[in-house]
Amino acid sequence: MLHIPLLRHGEPYTSLDVACIPHHQTREVFVEVSQANAGLLRRDLRDQAITRGKLARFSTAELVAICRRAADHFLKDTLLLGNAPQTPEDYVKQVSATTGLPHVMVRKNMQKICSMLAEMENVLNGLTRNIDWEVLDHGFGEVEGHAVSFFPCAESLGVVLPNNSPGVHSLWIPSFPLKIPLVLKPGSAEPWTPYRIVQALIKAGAPKEVFSFYPADHAAAGEILRSCGRGMMFGDASAVGAWESDSRVEIHGPGYSKVILGEDCVDEWEKYLDVMVASIVENGGRSCVNASSVWTPAYAKEISEALAERLARIFPRAAEDEAAQLAPFADPNVASRISQIIDQALAEPGARDITAAHRKGERLVIWNSCSYLVPTLVYCEAASHPLANKEFLFPFSSVVNVPQNQLTETLGPSLVVTAITRDPELVQRLVSSPNVDRLNVGPVPTNKVSWDQPHEGNLFEHLYARRAFQRAASF
Amino acid sequence: MSTAEATLEINIEQSRTTLDAWVREVVKWHFDPETGCAFWLDLAQTLSFDPREVIQTYDDLSKLGPFQDEWLRGGPVRRWVPKGHAGRPIYTFETGGSTGVPKSRINIEDFRLDYEAFSATLPDEYFPKETDWLSLGPTGPRRLRLAVEHLAQYRGGICFMVDLDPRWVIKLLKMGQPQMAERYKQHVIEQALTLLRAHDNIRCLFTTPKLLEALCEKVSLKKLGITGVFCGGTEMTPQFHRFAVEELLDGAYFAATYGNTLMGLAVHKPRIPEDNYAVIYYPPLPRAMIEVVDPDNPDRVVGYGETGRVRLTTLTKEFFMPRFLERDAAEREPPCELYPWDGVRNVRPFAGLPGTVVEGVY
Repeated sequence: MLHIPLLRHGEPYTSLDVACIPHHQTREVFVEVSQANAGLLRRDLRDQAITRGKLARFSTAELVAICRRAADHFLKDTLLLGNAPQTPEDYVKQVSATTGLPHVMVRKNMQKICSMLAEMENVLNGLTRNIDWEVLDHGFGEVEGHAVSFFPCAESLGVVLPNNSPGVHSLWIPSFPLKIPLVLKPGSAEPWTPYRIVQALIKAGAPKEVFSFYPADHAAAGEILRSCGRGMMFGDASAVGAWESDSRVEIHGPGYSKVILGEDCVDEWEKYLDVMVASIVENGGRSCVNASSVWTPAYAKEISEALAERLARIFPRAAEDEAAQLAPFADPNVASRISQIIDQALAEPGARDITAAHRKGERLVIWNSCSYLVPTLVYCEAASHPLANKEFLFPFSSVVNVPQNQLTETLGPSLVVTAITRDPELVQRLVSSPNVDRLNVGPVPTNKVSWDQPHEGNLFEHLYARRAFQRAASF
Repeated sequence: MSTAEATLEINIEQSRTTLDAWVREVVKWHFDPETGCAFWLDLAQTLSFDPREVIQTYDDLSKLGPFQDEWLRGGPVRRWVPKGHAGRPIYTFETGGSTGVPKSRINIEDFRLDYEAFSATLPDEYFPKETDWLSLGPTGPRRLRLAVEHLAQYRGGICFMVDLDPRWVIKLLKMGQPQMAERYKQHVIEQALTLLRAHDNIRCLFTTPKLLEALCEKVSLKKLGITGVFCGGTEMTPQFHRFAVEELLDGAYFAATYGNTLMGLAVHKPRIPEDNYAVIYYPPLPRAMIEVVDPDNPDRVVGYGETGRVRLTTLTKEFFMPRFLERDAAEREPPCELYPWDGVRNVRPFAGLPGTVVEGVY
C-alpha cells in the first residue's frame, strides 16, 4: 500500500493517524496518508524563524536557479514518494486515481507547473514589478533613483490547498524564491502534487527544512492559518468564509469568472465561440479561472444554443483517453447533489437548461463505474436569476442577457473577466471595477495564464511590506 | 494452554463471579423500597417482574432494557437519591453539555471512592505522595473538579486549580470564533504557568490532551518539575498518545484515562510496544462496566477486536445506570493480566449520532 508521510521541516514522519483515500473508480483504498495532529504542527511551527533563516542565506538568484532545475525534476525525474520511487507516469496515474482527472489533464497541469518553475524569473519580476533582486536580498536599495526597503510580514506561509486541479499549486511556489518557508496542508484527495513539487525543489538544492507538509483535518488546517504569519486558503464559499475578515489570509474561493461581450462585438459572436467554449471546458471546468457565465447585451438565446450544441458533443471517456475532457467526481454523492441544486434552481422561472435538448440522457451520467456531470449550459433571462452567477466543479455556464450599461453594476466579484470589446468606455469601466480581479481584453480564454501577471492577489505584496527608508550619504 | 493463560482464565471467571454478586447487591439496594431511589422504584412499578428476584447476573440487566439518555436531562434530580442515603450531603455533577441540555448525576461519595481506587494505579515514583497537583481541566459542575482535588488530598498533596468553562469554548466555536476560543485557551494556560512557576512542590498534573499540548508549547514539563501527568476528559488518539510520550512529556509518566461524570473513570493499560500506542482502557470493575456493542443491535456485544458503540453500566449504591449507550465508538479489547475483564481500545466519537457534536474543545 502506498503511504504518504508528513514532512516535518522536510523530515518524513509516519503518523499513527492515517486517512485512507479511495480510488475514484473502484472505491478501494488507493493510498494511506499520514495525518498531522494539531498539537504536532503547532509544536513544529514554534521554530519558524530558524527555517526562514535557512532560506535567507540563499540569494534570490540562487533560489530562482533551484526552481529552474526543479522544473525538470518535477516533469521528468523519478522522485521519492515516502519511501517509494515515483516516476512522472506514476504521478499522473496517482493524481487521476484519487481525483478522477483524466491523464491528459494531469499532464497539462504538470506542464503548467513545470513551466511556472522554469519561468520563475518572469514570475518574480511580475510580482515585484521588476525590482532588482539585490533589493530583495538586502532588504533595501534603490528603484529608479528612490530608496526602497521591504521587510517580510511572516516567517512562513501556511497554505490550505484544494483538490480540484494540480495547476493551482503554481500559486504558492513563488513563496520559496521570496524566501518565505512553506507550511502546506494538501487537499484530502490530492496530496500528490505539493509533495512532488517539494521533492523536486529539494532535489534541485532547496534546504528541506523550509518545507512542511501536513495532511490534516479542517481543525488542523485552522491551526496552520493561525500559526503562520501569512496564509493562503483555497476552498468553496463555506470553507473560506471564516477567514474572509483576516487580512493575514489570502482567500482563493470560487472564481465566478466570466466572458463578457460588448455591444460593438456582439454581432460577430460566432467568431468568439471557441474562446467561450475553451473558457468553460478546459481542464474539465474544474478551475476557478474557468468561465461560469457569459454575459451579453444581445443574442443570448442564439449564443446559448450554439454553446449548448458544442458542449453536448463532450461525453465521458476513460481516464487514459487522450481526448478526455471530463473528470468524474471522486465522490459520487457530490455529483448527485450538484445536479439536484441545478434542477432546483431551474424550477425558478427565467432560466432553461439548453443542453438538455442537445444531450441524449440526463446531466448526471454513470459511466464505467464513475459519476460524471456532462457540460451544462443554462440560458438566463436576467442576472438576478440564481443560476446566472453560479460556479460548479464541472463545465457549467450560464448565458445571461445583461444590457451593457448595467454590466459593471451587476458583475459581482469575478476572478477573471474576458471582455470581448474594443469600446474604450466599457474597457475603462471594467478597469475601474473593484470586482474584476484579472482582466483580459479581447478574445483571450479566461483560463490562459501569463506568468508575469500576478494572479488572484500579489504574493509578494502579501508576504512583504514596504517601509520608509533613508540613509545618510556617509553611511 | 500456558500457565499464564490458565491463570488469566481463572481470574476472568473470578471477576465475573464478583461482578454478578455485586450486581445482585446493587439491584437489591436500588429496588428495595427502604433504600432505593424514586426513579427506580417508580420504574419497578411498570415492570412485570421484581428485579431483585429476576436479576441475578450481569447479563440479566438486559431485562431492564436500555438506559434512556433523556432520563438524566432535567429534574427533579432528587428522584435519583437513594432513600438509603437520605440526609447525606448530595452533590450533583453534570456532563459537558456538548449534546444539548446536560445530563446530571447525583453523587455522595462515589467520586472519592473511584479516585481512591484510581490512586492505587498511579506509580509513586512519578506521582510522589505529599507533593502537590495542578488541575488544568474543566471546572464548574463537573465531577473532575472535585475528584482531582480529592485525589491530590488522598495522596497527601494540595491541588491548585484554574477556572475552565468548556461550554463557553463550545459556544465560541459554534459562533465561528476560533480565535477567541484560542485566546481563552491561552488565558487558561497563562494561569497554569503562573501557578507552576510559583509553587515548587507541584509535581503532578491533571489535564486534557489539548491543554497538555498548549502547555508544552510554552514550557518544558521537566523544567517545571512535573513528573506525572494524568490526562483525560476528551478523546485521545494513538497518534496523540505517541506524540505526548515522544515529544511532550520529557520523561513524565503518562496516565491516560477514559471516563465521565456518569461512569467514573477507566484506567489505561500500561504501555507496551506491541500495542503501538493504542489507547486501551479498562473499567473499574465491579463498580462500572464498559462494553462494545453492535450499533444496530445494542443487545449484541461485538467480538474482540471488532468496532462498535460503547455501552456503559454504572453499579454503585449511589447510582445505578445499566446499559447506557455512550456517544463513543471503540474496539472491544480482551481481558489482560492486570485487568481480567473486557476493555476498550481507541475510543473516539461515534459517527452514527444525529446532529453535530462539538467535542474535544478543552
